[in-house]
Amino acid sequence: MVGTGKRREPADLQASPGFLGAVKDAGFLALLTFGLSFPLVAFNAYQHLTAGLILEPRWGLVAWACGIAFFARLAWNLFGGYISRGGSAAIGAMSSLGSRTGLSVNHIRWIGLIWLLSYPFLAVALAGPGGALKWIDNFGIQILIYVMLGWGLNIVVGLAGLLDLGYVAFYAVGAYSTALLSTTFGFSFWLCLPLAGIFAAFWGILLGFPVLRLRGDYLAIVTLAFGEIIRLVLINWVDVTGGAAGISGIPRPTFFGIPFNASDEGFAATFGLTFTPLHRLFFLFYLILAMALLTNWITVRLRKLPIGRAWEALREDEIACRSLGIDTVLTKLTAFSIGAMFGGFAGAFFAARLGFISPKSFEFMESAVILSIVVLGGMGSQIGVAIAAIAMIGGTEILRELGFLKALFGPAFDPAQYRMLVFGLAMVGMMVWRPRGLISKREPSIFLREKKAISGALVKEGHG
Amino acid sequence: MTLPYDPSWENAGDAPMLCVRGVRTYYGSIMALRGVDLDVYAGEIVTMIGANGAGKSTLMMTICGDPAARTGSIHFEGRDITRMPTHDIARLKIAQSPEGRRIFPRMTVLENLQMGAGLADPRHFDDDLNYVTSLFPRLRERLHQRGGTLSGGEQQMLAIARALMSRPKLLLLDEPSLGLAPLIVKQIFEVIAEINQRDGVTIFLVEQNAYHALRLAHRAYVMVNGVITMSGAGAELLRSPEVREAYLEGGRH
Repeated sequence: MVGTGKRREPADLQASPGFLGAVKDAGFLALLTFGLSFPLVAFNAYQHLTAGLILEPRWGLVAWACGIAFFARLAWNLFGGYISRGGSAAIGAMSSLGSRTGLSVNHIRWIGLIWLLSYPFLAVALAGPGGALKWIDNFGIQILIYVMLGWGLNIVVGLAGLLDLGYVAFYAVGAYSTALLSTTFGFSFWLCLPLAGIFAAFWGILLGFPVLRLRGDYLAIVTLAFGEIIRLVLINWVDVTGGAAGISGIPRPTFFGIPFNASDEGFAATFGLTFTPLHRLFFLFYLILAMALLTNWITVRLRKLPIGRAWEALREDEIACRSLGIDTVLTKLTAFSIGAMFGGFAGAFFAARLGFISPKSFEFMESAVILSIVVLGGMGSQIGVAIAAIAMIGGTEILRELGFLKALFGPAFDPAQYRMLVFGLAMVGMMVWRPRGLISKREPSIFLREKKAISGALVKEGHG
Repeated sequence: MTLPYDPSWENAGDAPMLCVRGVRTYYGSIMALRGVDLDVYAGEIVTMIGANGAGKSTLMMTICGDPAARTGSIHFEGRDITRMPTHDIARLKIAQSPEGRRIFPRMTVLENLQMGAGLADPRHFDDDLNYVTSLFPRLRERLHQRGGTLSGGEQQMLAIARALMSRPKLLLLDEPSLGLAPLIVKQIFEVIAEINQRDGVTIFLVEQNAYHALRLAHRAYVMVNGVITMSGAGAELLRSPEVREAYLEGGRH
């Protein structure tokens, strides 16, 4: 960022020759934008039914792009210092919020847990039974799925340092094994869930073997390809997977055998409640919450065991690991398979929640979103991943809620279409202000319990 | 610090602890080691000196099985380890402080030491921790600091301490003096002598700093272009005109 270096007070801006420089710089950028938009934006070619290919000039759009580039750059040149400092200050304030209000990490953890447990009830209380559907389903459950996926991928990327761009493949394996097992063999969700995890872990090992010798960029490319292979198989193996049409009619999860429906054997009738679709949502919410917390608990425990320490050491230095007697093959395979297993669990939940899956849900974009959650959250940080998932998935959902902007920009304006733009801006902001992720602190897995050192001379003869 | 040469180290009756015979190692089609013979007896400090690219570090890595020797054999305590995977070799209590130190930068000093103790009995952990921090008191002050924030000298100390945490029989040190100030080099070499003399750890040391290494070692080898050209007692090589000309001219540093 060129602008950050030149921080000036606004008073002398008009007088200083720097203002002219800023205008020149912005003008140059506008010219660059023109050069770029000329081939890309200026002409829209479309197929007309009768007249063949029509070339439609769109100079208005080009002018807009150049204008935005010019003024944005000018503003950055003049006030970039303030924006940058303001951003750092805001993020700094956010991260020090805990320490200033005297909240320890432990407090935050408990407050978060209580908030999560009461969230569905709060949603019903605040938004009414009708409005709560959206808040529990689109926000609560959706975010928690990504929290779980983020935590699962965090084992592979954050702890073991193996850059995996095809994580969605394991999510797909979990979802499809649940869908196929339940629709073909009539297995219940509770049987499908562990099986989905096992299958996904198996595929994790299968992916692990060929990529054992790869690291970094090469590993990323191969895992990316693996994700695409799984997706293409799902699309093209029509006999089994239903192709692009997907699989529908997947039985919904039951409350330990009691279905959530309006029938006499249903959940509401059994417990003497009036039937509402909220029951199922409450159940799904707490189910995914429990699954996500289990993922977190297992990960935190594993980090303190030799295998978890080996993952982290592997991320730091593979050669040193080997010379310390760590079997790097085994270490990588366990990281891949355990990470994949959690992806599989999440996939099983996803399939049962919607009752319908198709390859459309398992595109590369999903892998990218999960990976950005891990990277934005701070590699290896559990709480950071959770915060990043809330921000990214919650943010996407909030864009859908901004319908009132249509009044401003016309009826064709759909804020949800700007998801990727907001996403990109958030990424740029993060890289500028928080390049190591939201929570870049790494908690050591071992502390020395300082034993009260009592010297032998004192305890020897009844002095202790 | 200089140890007198004691011929009993080359006791013909005892089998060497580490026995390297006719080892050739390749990087692709390039032969890096051209038939190396070398012995390390229990209780010795053996050093190998040589210029950049002579193959010293390659020999160190070959002993650890990465890359494995293409021909020849390496025996440790009578067991053939030529083609064993690296982590299995480490389990025989051969510990290595690799070239460039290779500590775990994001982990704390204590976690680094814990990684080194992976092969040792966990009951020894506290004792071993006390032992290595008494060798390097600087590490005790920095136990909860991240490894990457240590100075070069402290990182080298950590690398050696980490290797010692597994209670090795044979300690392989690859250029512990690399990039360190002369005073720190002296400290580290004193500790190496102490580990060997007081605690009886056998040490194989690869060094470019010929003066310090030869003064410390019972026996020494000189490697040029992947072959051993000279061998003998450390003090003897230190006096030899060829070694002086090739490795010591330009001042004792």
